[in-house]
Amino acid sequence: MTAEVRAKPPGATVRWPRWRARGEADFPVVAAICCALLAVAALFGPLLAPYAKDAVDLSASLSPPFWQAGGSTKHLLGTDQLGRDILSRLIAGARVSLATATAAVAISGLFGVIAGLVAGYIGGVLEAVVMRLVDAFLSLPFILLALALVATLGSGFGNIILVMVIANWARYARLVRSEVIGIKQRDYVTLARIAGVGPIRIMLRHVLPNALNSVVVLAILDVGRAIILESSLSFLGVGIQPPDVSWGLMLADGRTFLGFAWWLTTLPGLAIVIAVLCFNSLGRWLRIRLDPRGQL
Amino acid sequence: MTAAAQTGADAFVRLRKVRKEFGPPRMLGFGSRRTVVAVENVSFSIPAGSTFGLVGESGSGKSTIARLMLKLEQPTSGEVTVEGRDIFGQTAREVKAYRRNVQAVLQDPYGALSPRLRVRDIIGEPLAAQGASRELISEEVPRLLETVGLAREAGERYPHQFSGGQRQRIAIARALSVHPRLLVLDEPVSALDVSIRAQILILLRSMQERLGLTYLFIGHDLAIVKYMSAVVGVMYFGRMVEIGPANELLRRPLHPYTRRLVAVASMTEPLGRHRLTDELPNPLDPPSGCHFRMCCPYATERCVAQVPPLRDTGRQHHVACHYFEDIERGTKAETGPQSMSADAATPSS
Amino acid sequence: MALVEVRDLCVEFGSVERPVQAVSHVDLTIENGEIVGIAGESGSGKTTLCAALIHALPRTARVSGEVTFDNRSILTMSPRELRKLRGREISMILQNPMTSLDPLFTIGNQMGEVLSARGTAARALRAREIELLRSVHLTAPEARLRQYPHELSGGMRQRILIAMASATAPKLLLADEPTTALDATIQEEILVLFREIRDRFGTAIAIVTHDLGVIRRICDRVIIMYAGRIVEEGPVEEIFGAPRHPYTRALLASIPVLDDDRVVIQAIPGQVPNLAELGNFCPFAQRCPMVIDRCRGESPPANLSAARHRTFCWRAGEAA
Repeated sequence: MTAEVRAKPPGATVRWPRWRARGEADFPVVAAICCALLAVAALFGPLLAPYAKDAVDLSASLSPPFWQAGGSTKHLLGTDQLGRDILSRLIAGARVSLATATAAVAISGLFGVIAGLVAGYIGGVLEAVVMRLVDAFLSLPFILLALALVATLGSGFGNIILVMVIANWARYARLVRSEVIGIKQRDYVTLARIAGVGPIRIMLRHVLPNALNSVVVLAILDVGRAIILESSLSFLGVGIQPPDVSWGLMLADGRTFLGFAWWLTTLPGLAIVIAVLCFNSLGRWLRIRLDPRGQL
Repeated sequence: MTAAAQTGADAFVRLRKVRKEFGPPRMLGFGSRRTVVAVENVSFSIPAGSTFGLVGESGSGKSTIARLMLKLEQPTSGEVTVEGRDIFGQTAREVKAYRRNVQAVLQDPYGALSPRLRVRDIIGEPLAAQGASRELISEEVPRLLETVGLAREAGERYPHQFSGGQRQRIAIARALSVHPRLLVLDEPVSALDVSIRAQILILLRSMQERLGLTYLFIGHDLAIVKYMSAVVGVMYFGRMVEIGPANELLRRPLHPYTRRLVAVASMTEPLGRHRLTDELPNPLDPPSGCHFRMCCPYATERCVAQVPPLRDTGRQHHVACHYFEDIERGTKAETGPQSMSADAATPSS
Repeated sequence: MALVEVRDLCVEFGSVERPVQAVSHVDLTIENGEIVGIAGESGSGKTTLCAALIHALPRTARVSGEVTFDNRSILTMSPRELRKLRGREISMILQNPMTSLDPLFTIGNQMGEVLSARGTAARALRAREIELLRSVHLTAPEARLRQYPHELSGGMRQRILIAMASATAPKLLLADEPTTALDATIQEEILVLFREIRDRFGTAIAIVTHDLGVIRRICDRVIIMYAGRIVEEGPVEEIFGAPRHPYTRALLASIPVLDDDRVVIQAIPGQVPNLAELGNFCPFAQRCPMVIDRCRGESPPANLSAARHRTFCWRAGEAA
């Protein structure tokens, strides 16, 4: 229905309302600010944190956040069982979580896009082989795979990223390949062939840039997903190891104290949730923003 | 523009008995091949500097001819020659030269320009593919833009900032950039607004006169094809059914299909005089004999049994119909469409 | 009393400060049983106008003015009343027969759904469906009912859609570019069908199209739209034979015609104006070969030259 309409006798004229039609794709300001804060924390963490992440102070062990009884402003968000400042650990954890997540997304994106691009454009046997590989990798159960790989290769930054790339590249490949198949049919690709442009140039100049829209959206949504993956791995003990800190690790550490020191698990859990929600929000806005303009 | 001989002796472009089948390759031992014959036994020639108009509706095969001409497909059999040389079976150098000599303007102005490139890069691309230097390209692009009636500064902008008609001009500028000799125009104005079509058609004709271009103009709008072409070929379901000088053919069409096309294209013909009794034949199971017999009011058993050959009527006008003389004289009985299969075992409808 | 009366219809989109005026101050009438063509190019507002007649505009549209159908106000009707009206007294056929039918269900299923929603008893459905398919000259109707849309050609699908639209003998049938996606020889069939529907049921038909050939062959009257406004309106023979608006004349002069051996066509320079930049002036002024100062300062009113022949031009009918 259009305007707010009151019942009028036939012959009456309808006036349109004063308020403008609401757009669907309003920029998510709050999410963007949060993401910016996270990025700042990740980049300048050590400078901003009040304490070192592993500064032990047994006298202040298990103090609650400052707004609760027993808390103090010396440790704004409280401390854990070893007296380490939660806020500082959250900031340090942000750095680790974001770094691993963005590295994982970037690398899996790189492999996946190249695979999808070549498979989609060249087609034939190559495409069939790549897509079967994609199917295979997509059917692997992630956690089991991670456990197996860590058992074989050991844990550590590099291996965690490797595990996440193995789990993730296939999604990019599948997405890009289906975009490429559509783009291949467009006239501007046909005309490039008619002009004598070679296939590699066509792929890089015409096909890839037009397929990137959806890749960018996927990547942003994936950062959230990668944060959760890394947190899960760390929670299970096969991800980030002490003395490094990550939100998932903090969750695991705080499990045993859940009954009486809620802040040990709740705060890192909240951090994970907020980070993922913000990235998802940005990703959703970006998808709406990019899609109608690109696909006309 | 005078119509030229169909003998093809001095033809710039010549197609001879071209056939194109589409279908999955036969798997060993897995039953009979299911192919679609998109184009069958098509021959025509285009003298240098003139326009050949190819007319047909959906399923006629006219777009397949365009793709063959542009070497986007290979013919199953038959020959396509440009300046006497077969275009399939070229050396790498000849292929490169072909990509300079033959360009295309396609139907969709919105899909023809890569959305992320600036107009100057789009127009300059064919030149770049031919190895031209950057300086040359940066000189040529503004000149080309002016030639097609756009501002020289338009090169800095992106495609989405232009209207459909303007985009088609950009596509034309791009096609002309390498000084081609043949342009394949596949429905170049069908997707444009009515008042813009004239602008583009006039531009195309003036380009042809100035640069001595040869055009293969493909369309479904008879009036536009007539405006642009010297010679017209009418295709139905993969075959050429009539071919001749544009004015003559469209003023006095001889093949029943062409007669119907002309009648429905006329603005003044009263409605309902030329009735269709059935829809297009099935490409996977084409009718025997003349393909048009399933819709033709004059079809007889002879049309079921025998494919009509293209016959010369004199005046360089060829028709593929058993009965065109009688139809023209008005003495042919309306023995109705013939939908039977050749052995009359099961009627197909 | 005319079947449809439109008074001062305006439809706007976009921001309030700088609205896009898709339809601007349109008045028109459609009589019972007449076939009207609404002609125009892209941006002319013809599709928006058609949607306004049945109140099927998108939520972001702002409408003012009045649309009366059979003495009832369309724009102020409740959704329930509109629902009762649509499909019964007013029917609509959209542009693309390929996408108007659901690929998941058979023809019989879809027709049955529509017919029973409008009151046909379950027992009578099949017979009625067959009767309808015959009325649009489809061969083997029993077989068609069991087929899926993808098994049929575009022309057949359009006929089925017309059958469904005319099932209730509506008073008004709206057709938005009904023949554009079809081959020329099939178009002919569809136009014949329209005329049969009008002759049999007395249905008024409004055909929105950019194809002037279609309008000339079937319409009684034509409305020429440009940039959201009506520029000329009148009986078909008059408009094509002796157009009085410079746009109509220029348009007719730019189309190659099969019937004569005319070798010269004349293009209209420039392009359609931006619909957000219109105001109290003639929208065609910047492209008009006969423009005078007055055109740029004031919107021309209707100039009535004969029965129902209106021209919106300060110099209507003057020689070039």
